[in-house]
Amino acid sequence: MAPLTRRAIVAGIAGGVAAVHVSLVGMVGTFQTRELISGIVTIGTVLPMLIALLVGWYAGRTPKTSSEVSTPSRILLHGAIAGLIVGVSLAVLAFIVDTFSLNWILVNARPQLAALLRFGQDPVVGSLLLVGGFTLLGMAGATLHLLPLTIARAISIGLIVTVIASLMEPFVAAVLRNIGLRFLEELLYTRGGLTLPGFIIVFALVTGLAYAWATRGSRVRARTATWPDDRRRTAKIVVYLATIGLLLLLPQIVGSRLSEVIGTVGLYVLLGLGLNIVVGFAGLLDLGYVAFFAVGAYTTALFTSPASPVFTPELPFWGALPFVIMAAALIGLAVGAPVLRLRGDYLAIVTLGFGEIAREIFKSAWAQPVTGGAQGILSIPEPLPFTRDPQSIYYPILFFCILAAIGATTLATSRVGRAWNAMREDESVAEATGVNTVKYKLLAFGLGAAFGCLAGAFFAGKIGVVFPDSFNILVSINALALIILGGMGNIAGVVLGAFVLVGLPELLREFAEYRLLIYGAVLVAMMLLRPEGLLPSRARRAELHERADDDEEIYAQEAGEETGRPVVSS
Amino acid sequence: MRVGRFRFSLVTLFLWLLGGAIIAFALYGSFLTLVEGRIQGNQWQNLIVAGIALGSVYALIALGYTLVYGILFMINFAHGEVFMWGAFTAFFAASALNDAGMMEANPILAFFLVLATAMLVSMVVAIMLERIAYRPLRGAPRLVPLITAIGASLFLQYTARGFYGSGVRAYPDYNLFDGVLTFGPITMSVKQGVVIFAALGLMIGLYLFINRTRTGRAMRAVSEDKDVAAMMGIDVNRIIVTTFAIGGLLAGAAGILYTLIFNQVLFFMGFLPGIKAFTAAVLGGIGNVIGAALGGLILGVVEQLGPNLFLSGYGIPSPNQLKDVIAFTVLVLVLIFRPSGLLGRKENT
Repeated sequence: MAPLTRRAIVAGIAGGVAAVHVSLVGMVGTFQTRELISGIVTIGTVLPMLIALLVGWYAGRTPKTSSEVSTPSRILLHGAIAGLIVGVSLAVLAFIVDTFSLNWILVNARPQLAALLRFGQDPVVGSLLLVGGFTLLGMAGATLHLLPLTIARAISIGLIVTVIASLMEPFVAAVLRNIGLRFLEELLYTRGGLTLPGFIIVFALVTGLAYAWATRGSRVRARTATWPDDRRRTAKIVVYLATIGLLLLLPQIVGSRLSEVIGTVGLYVLLGLGLNIVVGFAGLLDLGYVAFFAVGAYTTALFTSPASPVFTPELPFWGALPFVIMAAALIGLAVGAPVLRLRGDYLAIVTLGFGEIAREIFKSAWAQPVTGGAQGILSIPEPLPFTRDPQSIYYPILFFCILAAIGATTLATSRVGRAWNAMREDESVAEATGVNTVKYKLLAFGLGAAFGCLAGAFFAGKIGVVFPDSFNILVSINALALIILGGMGNIAGVVLGAFVLVGLPELLREFAEYRLLIYGAVLVAMMLLRPEGLLPSRARRAELHERADDDEEIYAQEAGEETGRPVVSS
Repeated sequence: MRVGRFRFSLVTLFLWLLGGAIIAFALYGSFLTLVEGRIQGNQWQNLIVAGIALGSVYALIALGYTLVYGILFMINFAHGEVFMWGAFTAFFAASALNDAGMMEANPILAFFLVLATAMLVSMVVAIMLERIAYRPLRGAPRLVPLITAIGASLFLQYTARGFYGSGVRAYPDYNLFDGVLTFGPITMSVKQGVVIFAALGLMIGLYLFINRTRTGRAMRAVSEDKDVAAMMGIDVNRIIVTTFAIGGLLAGAAGILYTLIFNQVLFFMGFLPGIKAFTAAVLGGIGNVIGAALGGLILGVVEQLGPNLFLSGYGIPSPNQLKDVIAFTVLVLVLIFRPSGLLGRKENT
């Protein structure tokens, strides 16, 4: 059998497994409530279809190393094979679910699932429809290779953005309403998704724009590249000012409910920036970052809440902040010192242990007189006078996020940042060249703790209560996942990661159940496909592609992208 | 990081003081407990036996960590999830056999069937983990496979949640291992006996496998030096898969033994035992097979005995809530005073 055909079969099987997984985990069923195009198709139905499309695309691709000649008919054939296998897997799944009662093991293996997979038709017709439709989808995916690259890319981008636009319905619709484009909102959206005209408009618009950029974009870029320096600086300043202006207006634009979400995103940006110092800059994988978050929140609670028996008289929220910073320094040292001599993976698990210790102690009956045990501490005062309105609490969070971002950028390019870089690359060599690793490790933990504690303080101020169970391992995992998705060591990456991983799930309540499943898949996929993250820092990218077999490829790529600038790590 | 012989920094001083304080706290607490006679005759024995039973489960999981670490120098963070999948499989296999009436008719055979199914499924999960998540990343910077492992762990955990539901599933009582065993002055429940002896049997089997078979010798060679082993004609990839498979088998067995003790399964159940087994592996000296077994037993006993012995003397309310804290404190102490573990080589720090 030709290698490419085998590749198509393997891709089909992998896609089949993925489609069955998605069905059995319950995503297909749960996402029936979210409509992609109102009244026509739901996200749940589209999910396996997207898999078939993707698999068909992959199977139709001819790798550069392949010696086989791919004719259009062969490309289509490979796509069809892959799609067929996905379709058959789902049809078999539907048959098994119908015939045997597996419900007592697999909670989602119910007749409803089979009916959904067969588009509500009777078994025979439905199965044929399923297999035939998925074969066509596989072919459609492969067709992308037959189109010119610019068009194929534009279509893919259009599809992706349209699906996202539909998923983000609550957010986009609210924004459109608040900026006075009510007619547009009514045209594009109904409750839960895009309308049919909305779908067509968004898809056409995005595809058109993507195509225009692909064909004309290089010319625009070439023109800006010849701008004189002062003009470019002005442009940069304009962009910065516009961004800040947008950030300042954000709560008004999105409205009260979504400001709440954005506030949470802001807290995670703060957490991410702190963890980024520890993991991204210094290379110390800390899985117990939640301990810092918890200490910050509890310190605030103890000093400010009238419900806590210790430290009377109570301070206002801002009065507690100096104590929060002091607590951060202490906890940073307490976590940092014992793990100084440990290597990456040991460190990860020990810090994980610390995170659990912190929660268990806060929760225990022993600490109850101080921390309130499992009941936590109530009535923490609000940061701003007399208001816990999410639209105003956003501003102090934004302020500290910007402060933290500036601080982190400054550090990264300073002597301290270089010392961290050296330490991350090779600890022994760093030490041999005179970097005091003890000092810089403790510094990293201290700063990370400061950011984490600050986020914790605002968390406490934002919701007004602290419970020990808010501080579980998932906070650490969230923070880690967002810096990895966004791009380790890069501040823009942290912000992007926080929006995607924290903001999106808050908007898509149906996702909540699958949030961590998706995180897990994202972490693995990112490490396998793009370990440097979506928005990597250049140094980080070079570093992660150090493996000998990748060297040439990455340098070629870098040279092409950076128009001949030498590849040096900062 | 090895530091020069006489570099006695402030940090070292701080660590030794911290460690000393923890140990003094535990010792004084034990003294108070003993003086006040809070633990009486039978309680001692019950706590220790329960600790050994729990410790044997930890030991089985810890062996998986240690074997993989010995060969790849990476922590298979998702190993706790392999254990959890074994436990779930055991649950469903047991239920199916019970419905078929086999639990009544031939309990011993049924038990072995359940054991075999659980071990097999765990093994498959472990092998797939290696093939999909770890093998493509061999040779990448250290953080990369570790993060992959965390991702794989989440994925396996929440796949189980999606497949099997988020609730606790309780084992029905099969009356399979009721009764009490007596060895001279020691008494234990049959369940505990089964757990301890099954774990012991598996560990002896593993020891013989590593030391007496050809594959075992190849495993040792690969853990010494992969390149040289490859030059000697050993298929390194096959040995690595074998290692994961063995770790999976042991974790699957641990899964069913754990459910024998606690009688329930939950998608989240792999997390804490996983970390504690890692602690056990570090305690014994990671990479060292006998050390992992020893570390598991010690940790199990400390966890069971610790809260009552160290803490109840101070009059701390419900000390058993803090048993996980004690287990992690043990980890911190080991890392301060003897990072290479009890039986580990110095290079392993």
